Amino acid sequence: MHPIFSHSRRLLFYVLIWIPIAGLVSYLLVVPGAISWRESLLLSGVLCILTADACLAVWYICRVMPLEKTEFGRLVLTHLAGAVVVSGIIVYVEILLARLMARTTRWFPGLATRLSPEVPLMVGVAIATYLLAAAFYYVIFALEASKQAEARVLQASVLARDAELKALKAQVNPHFLFNSLNSISALTSSDPLRAREMCILLGDFLRRTLGLGEKLTIPLEEELSLVRSFLAVEKVRFGARIQMQEHIEKDTMGVFVPPLLLQPLVENAVVHGIANLVEGGSIRLDAKFQNGLLAIDVENSFDPEAPPRRRSGVGLANVRQRLLARYGNRATFDARTEGGRFCVAIRLPAETEVRAS
Amino acid sequence: MNWEAGNKIRAVVVDDEELARQVLREFISAHAEIEIVAECANGFEAVKAASDRKPDLLFLDIQMPKLDGFEVLELIGGGMAVIFVTAYDNYAIRAFEVHAVDYLLKPFGAERFEAALARAKERLGGKIPASPTPPSELATAARPPAQYLDRVVVRDGASVTIIPVAKIDYAEAQDDYVAIAADGKKHLKQQTISSLEAALDPSRFLRIHRSYIVNLERVGKIEPYAKDSHIAVLRNGTQLPVSRAGYARLRAFLDR
Repeated sequence: MHPIFSHSRRLLFYVLIWIPIAGLVSYLLVVPGAISWRESLLLSGVLCILTADACLAVWYICRVMPLEKTEFGRLVLTHLAGAVVVSGIIVYVEILLARLMARTTRWFPGLATRLSPEVPLMVGVAIATYLLAAAFYYVIFALEASKQAEARVLQASVLARDAELKALKAQVNPHFLFNSLNSISALTSSDPLRAREMCILLGDFLRRTLGLGEKLTIPLEEELSLVRSFLAVEKVRFGARIQMQEHIEKDTMGVFVPPLLLQPLVENAVVHGIANLVEGGSIRLDAKFQNGLLAIDVENSFDPEAPPRRRSGVGLANVRQRLLARYGNRATFDARTEGGRFCVAIRLPAETEVRAS
Repeated sequence: MNWEAGNKIRAVVVDDEELARQVLREFISAHAEIEIVAECANGFEAVKAASDRKPDLLFLDIQMPKLDGFEVLELIGGGMAVIFVTAYDNYAIRAFEVHAVDYLLKPFGAERFEAALARAKERLGGKIPASPTPPSELATAARPPAQYLDRVVVRDGASVTIIPVAKIDYAEAQDDYVAIAADGKKHLKQQTISSLEAALDPSRFLRIHRSYIVNLERVGKIEPYAKDSHIAVLRNGTQLPVSRAGYARLRAFLDR
């Protein structure tokens, strides 16, 4: 929409702006002495009305020739040609009017002749206002574009956050839930106390997980306690098959990390590692500072000949994506098998304060 | 099926989680006519128990160490009523393709268990026809849809061999069996060569003859043999016959 036509207040303001311009033009016409005030007011009034209309139309030219998409030479040429043509027409109309006034009335004798020295002035005014108008419209376009870009950035960050939340929700593996419920079902008759204990462990884990979705980062300590509450549930299911070794440097506990960074890795270690081993195996979790970064390593034993499982790697891919989305190339994620063990190594900035974004 | 009405139903419970076996044990204990003859915590044990004890009824978990439930079933063939017991609902269709009696989703209650058991008894009593799929085709039915095998399981008596497909040199049809050559040994598997061909990735394995599938990575050279026929010489020196159609397929593959 035209930025001036579309708002009645702007249109009024635009009309008001032209009154001092018309006054100035009148003054400039009177100063040489050949033209009276009455004549100059009439002529400049008509001149300004025509120019004001022409300047409104410049918007359409500017719109089809956006600054960023038009070659500079072509842009300048088009607008200069436009300005010359428009001012030429306006001044020609002005001269015709002066002739008409001189011929049909007796109040303006020889007006056209007296006006002819002022033609360059009138052409100058018309060209200048045309170019000013064009510049004004381009400024408005730029403002609008930056406003839109801002909105886009905002929208993108909302979308990214939305995607992250969805990813987090998908993290709670339904099969983990169903298997845990099955264990509780077994315990209710054989060992009601342990059944109750497991209900509490499971509730504790779920409450923590669901609560984390709203947070961008949490202290590593909190993530670790989530991992522990996950393992407490899995230990009821797998019994002695799961052995956990933690080597956490104490100072790393306060570093802020994205929530559900480690739990999916440990879950992956259980589902794709320990669960496939008849005698079970061990999971080792290390956290330390290394070259100014927080270094987290999760490794587990696994059966290289294990039957293929679905969902394989979904948890890992998810953690990798979230790390990259948040830290870009300041974080690394590396997963490999080494000496019959599956190792995931994460390096990320050691942020000790909550960041706003 | 060797069960006769009036006899006890001999059941095997397979699940890697002790608590999951405990639930089944508890529900089964309410039925005097069912006897648990073995409990297994992984796929190998299950295959062994099935071949040693010849049960009538198998409660089978799907995701377990060593072999998954479908591989167990493929190796032991039909001949018994199978009830899958799992937390995963996405295997239900495959389960019925391999003619499972029922599919119990964990956690399940006594009522649901009774319904599954009733179906099993009907199957054992002959009221529901048993698997019309010959054991040699079970492997195909048990294969996940739109997915090629990444390993082949072979049973010799009670012992099971797992062969990653990358280790297969070639496979040769022998009546109702295929002999799979891998690591210098030959493994016999009850399966038709066509169903094995369908299960293998066609970009890695090619049917070069009515009786032969070859691992393309192993082919060293192809030599003319007699009129209209060739032989493929594998890197380990083995010579395999190549039929005219097989040669055309090989050429099409090599020209790609």
